[in-house]
Parts: sequence; structure tokens; C-alpha cells
Amino acid sequence: MNIIDQIDQENMRHDVPDFRPGDTVQVHIRIIEGAKERVQLFQGIVIRRRRGTMDASVTVRKISHGVGVEKTFCLHNPRLEKIEVVTRGRVRRSKLYYLRDLRGKAARIREKGIN
Amino acid sequence: MPKTMGLMGKKVGMTRIYSDIGSSIPVTVIETGPCVVLQIKTVAKEGYNAIQIGFGSKKDARMNKPMSGHVKTAGKGGFYFIKEFRVNDPSQYEVGQTIAVSDLFKVGDLIDISAKTKGSGFQGVMKRHGFAGGPGGHGSMFHRAPGSIGCSAWPSRVVKGKKMPGQMGTNLVTKKNVMVMDVRPDQNVLVVKGGVPGAKQSVLQIFTK
Repeated sequence: MNIIDQIDQENMRHDVPDFRPGDTVQVHIRIIEGAKERVQLFQGIVIRRRRGTMDASVTVRKISHGVGVEKTFCLHNPRLEKIEVVTRGRVRRSKLYYLRDLRGKAARIREKGIN
Repeated sequence: MPKTMGLMGKKVGMTRIYSDIGSSIPVTVIETGPCVVLQIKTVAKEGYNAIQIGFGSKKDARMNKPMSGHVKTAGKGGFYFIKEFRVNDPSQYEVGQTIAVSDLFKVGDLIDISAKTKGSGFQGVMKRHGFAGGPGGHGSMFHRAPGSIGCSAWPSRVVKGKKMPGQMGTNLVTKKNVMVMDVRPDQNVLVVKGGVPGAKQSVLQIFTK
């Protein structure tokens, strides 16, 4: 095995759940404020998943007080407490950038298995 | 030349690791050593203190006779890369001694790394020296040219060192104060913070401080 792959394997987290673009996920992030540490939740739709070893990341979008907010998380960052899948969505794209132009009812994603 | 001991290594590539607080640290993975001491140079004999080390073993069939005679005393076969490192006290080394990565470096050390940068070929002044160039359109006929390179009557010549187009890259560059993030003695691997000069698979000189 290539030494870089080996270093990556050692530093990668193997507890990342299986989720896809269109799924609604809840991301628990540990936030350090001075000396205190707390866990912040960010729930939204996965609009992009970047594959890769250490470079893998996910972008989650939600509407907060009427404003679209997107956060990109590195999947192997130790500051990430956990990722929980809330619902599975049925989408036909791997990158859901079109959601940025949609508002309200149009921006909904059909749940998987429900017709 | 710095009076420091060092090793030779090969750049494997880059990746990233995360610190405890979760910030991403770009790192370069270097395959170093084991290097073999081939010759010891002393003030008494050569006029300066240095040790010569070899890296990257070479088949006997690829060796020419003068070189195979030179490496015979060390008895560790031939090497593709041979370099000298200035040391203050050459008596602590002996010919044939193997120097591993863990002998010289430990996590948290600051080291210097020298290597030949990637070659970019013959480049113009915009890429090579960062000149601004001219406007692209609006009738402008001045795009990427260097412009005036001097005055006319005096000095009526181009000053030495004027920045002009030419070969870019393949210079020997030293990156100083590179932090060692990880040392893996069993794999002969050194992991340092940030980038280092040169392409993947290029040979580096790694100096201790």
C-alpha cells in the first residue's frame, strides 16, 4: 500500500454513515468557545458530497429565518461529533445546486420510498 | 553551506491531517533514508569537515567502475544519489554506517529542506516575475510584453539583473523552518508541515538545525 494511503487510512474516521445528496442530515459539531466546549446541531439537506479519502466533505443547506445557509464539513474532521441521517430523499442529481434558486414548496425534496 | 547534518529523501506527495482542535494541516510525506555514510572528509585531509552519504540503492550492473570502487569500503552497494553534508564533528561517523530517519529527526523539530523546483520552461515576464502586463482589449496592442527595459543615452545599456523572460524553475530552493509532524522509523517516512519544493518523486536534502 502507498504510504500516503496508509497515513490517510490511519487518520480517517470510519464511523461516517452512508448518506447521499438529497438526504436530510443532522450534523453535530463540537464548538470551542474560549475554554468551554459545546455541541452545535446543523440540520439540512445534503446538496453536495465530495468523495475522497482525507479530502471528503459534505455541504449541507438549510433555510434559517428565511435566509439560505450552507455549511461545508470535512467528513474526517475530529471536531465532527456525529452525522445522523433524518430522512432519505429521492433526487436525480448528485449536486443539488438548483435548490439555491428555489423557495418554499418548490424547494422540497420527495422522500425515498413514498410516491 | 550550512554546517548541519542531514539526510536525503524522496517526496512522495501531500495529504492532510487534523489537529486536536480540528484544524486541517497540509503535510508532505517524504521517504527518507536509510542513508549510508560513504566517505568522511576532515580538515586534516580535505580541508573541511563533511560526510558523504548515499541514498537510493543502485544495481551493481548499473554501476561504473570508479563509482563501485568508491562505494566498496562502505560495503552497502551502490547509490543513485550521493551528497555531502557539512558536520562539525566527523569523528562520530564511520564509513558504512547507516543513518535512519529516527536518528536525526523527531516530532516538533524545525528542519530545512532543499530541492530543485519544478521546471516551467521558458516563461515570459508576467509568469516569471509577476509583471502586470497590459490591458487585454480596448484597442490596446500591449498585452504580455515586458515593456521598456532601460533608458537610451544614459546608461545606453541594459542594467545587469534586469528581469526578463527566460528559464523558470529547476532552481535549488531551500525551505527553512519546516516543522516535523511525524516520524515513522519502521517505514523510513518523515511527515512535515506544508509543502516542499520539487515534484513528486524528486530528491530532497533534509537538514537538521
